[in-house]
Amino acid sequence: MTSPIAGGVDCDLHPAVPHLTSLLPYLSDYWRDQVTTRGMTDLVSQSYPANSPISARPDWRPAQGKPGSSLADMQQQALDRFAVSYGICNPLYGVQMVFSEDMQDAFCRAVNDWLVKEWLDKDSRLRGSIVIPTQSVEKSVAEIERCAKDIRFVQVLMLVMGDMPLGKRAYWPIYAAAERLGLAVGIHAGSAYHNPPTSVGWGSYHVEDYVAQAQAFQTQLTSLIVEGVFARHPKLKMVMLESGFTWLPSYLWRLHKFWRGVRMETPWVDRAPLEIVRSNIRFSLQPIDAPPDPATLNRLFDHMQSDELLLFSTDYPHWQFDGDEVLPAGISQDLVRKIMIDNPHATYSRLKQSALKETAP
Amino acid sequence: MNVQFRSSPEPAPSASIKTAIADCDIHPARKSLDDLLPYMAQRWHDHIKTYGKQAYQGMIEGPPYPKAQPNASRRDAYPPEGGRQGSSLSFMQKQLLDPYNVALGVLNPLDTGQGLRNQDLSAALATAVNDWQIAEWTSKDSRLKGSIVVANEDGPVAAAEIRRRAGDRNFVQVLLLSRNVEPLGQRRYWPIYEAAQEIGLPVGVHAFGFGGNPITASGWPSFYIEEMVGHSQCQQSALASLVLEGVFERYPKLRMVMIEAGFGWAPSLGWRLDKTFERLHSEVPHLKRRPSEYIRDHIWWTTQPMEDPERREHLFEVIEWVGWDKLLFATDYPHWDFDDPTRVLPAGVSDANGQAFYLDNAKKLYGLA
Repeated sequence: MTSPIAGGVDCDLHPAVPHLTSLLPYLSDYWRDQVTTRGMTDLVSQSYPANSPISARPDWRPAQGKPGSSLADMQQQALDRFAVSYGICNPLYGVQMVFSEDMQDAFCRAVNDWLVKEWLDKDSRLRGSIVIPTQSVEKSVAEIERCAKDIRFVQVLMLVMGDMPLGKRAYWPIYAAAERLGLAVGIHAGSAYHNPPTSVGWGSYHVEDYVAQAQAFQTQLTSLIVEGVFARHPKLKMVMLESGFTWLPSYLWRLHKFWRGVRMETPWVDRAPLEIVRSNIRFSLQPIDAPPDPATLNRLFDHMQSDELLLFSTDYPHWQFDGDEVLPAGISQDLVRKIMIDNPHATYSRLKQSALKETAP
Repeated sequence: MNVQFRSSPEPAPSASIKTAIADCDIHPARKSLDDLLPYMAQRWHDHIKTYGKQAYQGMIEGPPYPKAQPNASRRDAYPPEGGRQGSSLSFMQKQLLDPYNVALGVLNPLDTGQGLRNQDLSAALATAVNDWQIAEWTSKDSRLKGSIVVANEDGPVAAAEIRRRAGDRNFVQVLLLSRNVEPLGQRRYWPIYEAAQEIGLPVGVHAFGFGGNPITASGWPSFYIEEMVGHSQCQQSALASLVLEGVFERYPKLRMVMIEAGFGWAPSLGWRLDKTFERLHSEVPHLKRRPSEYIRDHIWWTTQPMEDPERREHLFEVIEWVGWDKLLFATDYPHWDFDDPTRVLPAGVSDANGQAFYLDNAKKLYGLA
């Protein structure tokens, strides 16, 4: 087993909103009334049914309530256990599924305020991602600007399956705001279910949806690269969260080959896709879609041709590994340090800023 | 993959090769719709002229993502006698089959009526295209073998067309496209697999098609390159569906070929399926083996467009993970991203693996060994 080192950054933690009613204190009178008089149900996404084995490690499952809903559990099971300096909270509450941009906006604001009050204020290691109502770019930018005043927000959070491919120009004001404010943009597994969850239609099974996340990440990377997001925003860092990464090398071989063949279609793509990925795209460590033998995994790391792409993550409380085996066997101590400390700090510039702020008199 | 800019239509392949090869993805084209008239009721001919072939996308003619060159084909592939690229047998012989020493060429007709909204029209066109393949291609050059085109959204009708061709050595596989109304493992397609297993032919799944679903799980992308790269993601989801629905448990002798969607992603997809299956197997108790085992035993892969990493050992490692016994060389003639068999594999491949890659795997799979 490869031991984690102290002082790392856990880049993918999932604090759970216990119930829609938990957000009532953070909603306006109007929206509080809407939730109660219309009898709205809890916004749990099919991407993560609460009792699905993948939604929580068996020994991380609380006696009652949703996995990930207790700060004490998260501290004991993840933050303390892996001795991290920072943990980045990515709430996966199903606010993206609603179709009204006004309702989505109200719920996103509530989730962000809830995160500050119930989590960030209670443990100084925790950092947040800003959940945004992507159906309205204008409202998304406003929410980013509102939350970014709190330096503890280090990232904007979007789902990998939404209404449109993420490279589409309509979304660019979101990326401009993130770049301007020093925020990374995290793209997390999960679907708004506004489109079928695979590119060939609706499957039958939860397991199928989960496997399909990897294909969704691939098409999103293509969209982001060929639309020219990184030509316009060269400093923008995007993080693929809970995406898997063993698909990356062969995916890039294919994209590079077609880019060479038909680049006249997207002449603004000024660098090879591989270079863009190396400079602008990062991947969370878990889940590792690889066989458990170190030899194969080390070959895959060699295929990736960079040790700067991966960011340490537990994906707490999702069930991606057992015991303390959060790092794959057989990787070097240099790589451990890169994955746990150097790469996250190079990605999330606000981590350093908040540290400075804390030590200031 | 090379875009050909030669102005002269004279074929000038870089090298002729002595060892025979199989080309498992050749696209024969029609000169015009009239080519199919002898094999189709006048009614359908009139229907197409009046209403067009209405697919699960908006355009009556041509693709919604314009290709990078006319018909996505090599500029040097126009036959000297006229007509679109791939429509002349004699020019195909001169430009592809003879110089590259093709001993077996598998025809995969596209633009056939698969993926149409009108199922009766789809069925009429499928039958016509199959008769046309025999009359115009396979009966005139014994190196060429056809693929049975079917009305993909109508399982029983498709199965009947497959059974009608049972034992006909003009055909070596059943042809589907990757993008359909539902993922390919869904039950509406099972009669196709049942019939294919019964008559002993593999089912090829060629990239492309329209099923009405956005071609990413986040909606419609903007560019042709996204469609092209995205074929591999569509194929991954189609294959995951086939595995997870238990198609290979139900049809244990079924063999399938993934055509023109890459193979480099196969190991990663298998690992992801296995890892997720380990957690969630209670949802799919009909699966008796790990997902990657079904893929290893039931799936073959055509090679074009060949995976092309910077370092050749990366390619060889991926091929080891996929299996040298599962790859089928293909050129994709006459399309622009043609793979040249003299250049497609880097140096350092053993004779036995090269022989399997270029010829033997195909002969064995297609029953011509």
